[in-house]
Amino acid sequence: MSNEKIKAELEKYEAAVAKAIEKTPERKHLPEQRLYTPLDVKGVEAYTDEIGFPGQYPFTRGVQPTMYRGRFWTMRMYAGFSTAKASNERYRYLIANGGTGLSCAFDLPTQIGYDSDDPISEGEVGKVGVAIDSLADMEVLFDQIDLGKVSTSMTINAPASVLLAMYIAVAEEQGVPADQLRGTIQNDILKEYAARGTYIFPPKPSMRIITNIFEYCSKNVPKWNTISISGYHIREAGSTASQEIAFTIADGIAYVDAAIKAGMDVDDFAGRLSFFWNAHNNVLEEVAKFRASRRVWAKVMKERFGAKKPKSMMLRVHTQTAGSMLTAQQPNNNIIRVALQTAAAVMGGTQSLHTNSRDEALALPTQESVTIALRTQQIVANESGLADVIDPLAGSYYVEAMTDRIEKEAWDYIKKIDELGGAVAAIEKGYIQKEIQDSAYKWQMDVENKRRIIVGVNEYTMEEEPPKGLLKVDASVGIEQCKKLADLKAGKPINKMTKGRDNEAVKAALAELKEACKKDESENLMPHILKAVKTYATLGEICNVMREVFGLYEAHVSL
Amino acid sequence: MENIADEVLKGNRLALAKAITAIENERENATEIMQQLYPHTGNAYVLGITGPPGAGKSTLTDKLAKEFRSRGKTVGIIAIDPTSPFSGGAILGDRIRMNDLAMDEGVFIRSMGTRGSLGGLSHKTADAVKVMDAFGVDVIFVETVGVGQSEVDIVKAADTTMVVLIPGMGDDIQAIKAGILEIGDIFTINKADHDGADKLQTELNMMLDLDGVMKDWRPPILKAVANQNIGITEVVDTFHKHREHIEANGQLTVRRTERAKNEMLDLLDAKIGQYVRHKLVDSGKIDKFVEDIKARKTDPYTVVNGVMESMLK
Amino acid sequence: MDKIRVLVAKPGLDGHDRGAKVVARALRDAGFEVIYTGLRQTPEQIAQAAADEDVNVVAMSILSGAHPHLFPKVVNLVREKGMKDTLIIGGGVIPEGDIPALKQAGIAEVFTPGTPTTAIVDFIKANVK
Repeated sequence: MSNEKIKAELEKYEAAVAKAIEKTPERKHLPEQRLYTPLDVKGVEAYTDEIGFPGQYPFTRGVQPTMYRGRFWTMRMYAGFSTAKASNERYRYLIANGGTGLSCAFDLPTQIGYDSDDPISEGEVGKVGVAIDSLADMEVLFDQIDLGKVSTSMTINAPASVLLAMYIAVAEEQGVPADQLRGTIQNDILKEYAARGTYIFPPKPSMRIITNIFEYCSKNVPKWNTISISGYHIREAGSTASQEIAFTIADGIAYVDAAIKAGMDVDDFAGRLSFFWNAHNNVLEEVAKFRASRRVWAKVMKERFGAKKPKSMMLRVHTQTAGSMLTAQQPNNNIIRVALQTAAAVMGGTQSLHTNSRDEALALPTQESVTIALRTQQIVANESGLADVIDPLAGSYYVEAMTDRIEKEAWDYIKKIDELGGAVAAIEKGYIQKEIQDSAYKWQMDVENKRRIIVGVNEYTMEEEPPKGLLKVDASVGIEQCKKLADLKAGKPINKMTKGRDNEAVKAALAELKEACKKDESENLMPHILKAVKTYATLGEICNVMREVFGLYEAHVSL
Repeated sequence: MENIADEVLKGNRLALAKAITAIENERENATEIMQQLYPHTGNAYVLGITGPPGAGKSTLTDKLAKEFRSRGKTVGIIAIDPTSPFSGGAILGDRIRMNDLAMDEGVFIRSMGTRGSLGGLSHKTADAVKVMDAFGVDVIFVETVGVGQSEVDIVKAADTTMVVLIPGMGDDIQAIKAGILEIGDIFTINKADHDGADKLQTELNMMLDLDGVMKDWRPPILKAVANQNIGITEVVDTFHKHREHIEANGQLTVRRTERAKNEMLDLLDAKIGQYVRHKLVDSGKIDKFVEDIKARKTDPYTVVNGVMESMLK
Repeated sequence: MDKIRVLVAKPGLDGHDRGAKVVARALRDAGFEVIYTGLRQTPEQIAQAAADEDVNVVAMSILSGAHPHLFPKVVNLVREKGMKDTLIIGGGVIPEGDIPALKQAGIAEVFTPGTPTTAIVDFIKANVK
């Protein structure tokens, strides 16, 4: 059928719509365009360049040839709270119930490189994740878990090098060589500056640490994903779908630039870069976002950086359902939201997925809630049919048009950020933060003015009993952790240690690390950190040495 | 608090905060407070920091304050941000850059919004400076976005004024140059590690050359990278140099005399204006006048002359 | 009438400031002067800023679960500075069950997820001294 004929028919349709609207006006606050037709998408001749086949450039349809027909995505539940012992129990429960990868949540002092006994840690120990002060805690965290078999994702950024070193050390104790380790460290400092807030050092030394990790892992831990370039938190901070992928890919460009500048070959590390997307409420827009992001990254890697290996051009992604979309009101409704978000992530072709629990707008999830969240993934995988055919929404006029639109919006932002001098400069100027905040404010006002309806929040509300049985981390965790730490620092044996740490060896290792920090980026910090970690130097001790040399990041806030 | 001014003079920090609030809100007791404090002012050295948005003024002020602290001086900071003309609200975010500084007992930071009336603001700022001065602070920074006449007025409260610029501002510098050349005793190019710092320095030099007026103080153009603590001691040294210079040649006395005169006249203008307005509005005469003017029965000039005659004799 | 001044603060280590920033903007749009302190503020820093800025309201946001410890500490320190009338409010991921204890400790009101910003504005207008 020719375009002319479609256009003619479309005009007839529009006339009919005009009449229908007269009778029954449309609802308010809808997207402008009500219907998509072949006129909204590129012709068949663009298919191979823009859409192509799964496992092939530009990877719009997915990064593997068979996708979930081979095996499902990794069902990776983010967990961790209180002590290493309590988290270890939760991990083993998840593995026993069909979870296929671990995902560690650390408490805020750990994420910002402070020991549990630091005054600034007061009230925060063990709250949003597990408290890790030293290798001793890490040994307990992975007790009876074979690190040669699981893949472990660690949400750790500014001190990622230290936690990775601890993981390598625990594996070594288990007899698992580093080159067998599989997993991911988040290690994405740029989105910490822009959206998540757990930064320590200024951009320059932070980028150095990151490229040091890239280089170390490419030689010693080759199966490890050295970074998870994260849009998740940018979206949680309030961005739109296009902004989520645009700012994240701009961050990705900055990391690749830094690594190349440090003398690495793009194809030596690009295959280990991974991404992290948010699965938000608007199902079809989310599917389009996943597809557009793969296409943009593939083009960036091929055209901008001249990558040769297909693996270097693949945007492999972990996904988490949108925490900020969960409501404290009528919390069981969150199960439905998470199910829809899961469907979006699966139709979008994610490589792994964490599903949020219904009670997370209220507190950390209980075991029962976590089980429902995991079951949600299993239902989508096994019962819905969504995982049976690859990229099932391709060819939908709407989804293809939206994929094109999101891609274009992303390119526009990337261009703007390039003009500002790249992602680091754009963050230092507050540009990215401002864009995110503007979107967040608009969203909030849309909800308050009911341009956007959230069930149970601004419509369909009801009186409710306060929810019962929420998980609570009590203050004794902090006290217990501090006591353990005092023993460790005093050289007393803790956990299964047969003798206490040698404080002289700790001091020497820290002094050595400090000297290494002072040298330029060709001095890789990883071996020095690994050495310090093995003496049971604490996370705080190690990060303090680095703080002394590198200084602290001063946030740019623009409101 | 029984007597705010007494408490300020005793060194009560909360009283200092409350006194500034009274001034900001033009509370009834504000005049009384200022009357009590005035004899105890004139000891602090007042530094004006101005420049375009994004020049890093707050970060620079933070570092300069730390440098003054390390030289044994106590510091007060008044950080001014614009009030939204639509809502009357403001976000005062300068403190973010000074959070660790704020825990130093020898430092007092106060954020102020411009709150509409600009003439009012310069007068309020000047009073807030005096309260800090009477409290016993050695060095007072007045930090404000420098884009217009209002800021120039505010900066008149300062003994030494520094203009902060950054490279890569493009044509912006052209737009503001007229104003800044006059008020800058010192120019600092912040973020001098960015491209274009040398070019900006050359441009500024050329503009100062073109300025033409023979001066015995040629404003130095300094470079700094505030967030890396680079160039900070030089800026503070230059502040000292400028102060010594204007003390030696009598300029400081001239400036302060001029300021005292202007402040008094401004106050007089404001008070007389207020007084006359009150009378006109309270008596209801205003409506009749306006009507007559509108109907061209009389004109505003005649009315004002008449009002002056009857009220101020 | 005096202009209402509000200190919006993020105590503790939690970096999620979407809520705090949205609230800061909404308060600005309601005509208040908002002093925003940024992330990772200690209770001591917040109390000092509240006193020096002579604010009418201290509004804090915590999503990490550290509120039972940090909120009461800020109340005590602000009162110790002599700020007897300052309205102190909190928000974030705060379980219903924790609220009575926080109010007992001097937090005037606790705003949980889903609260419209207008509710915060109205509360401040009705309760500020």
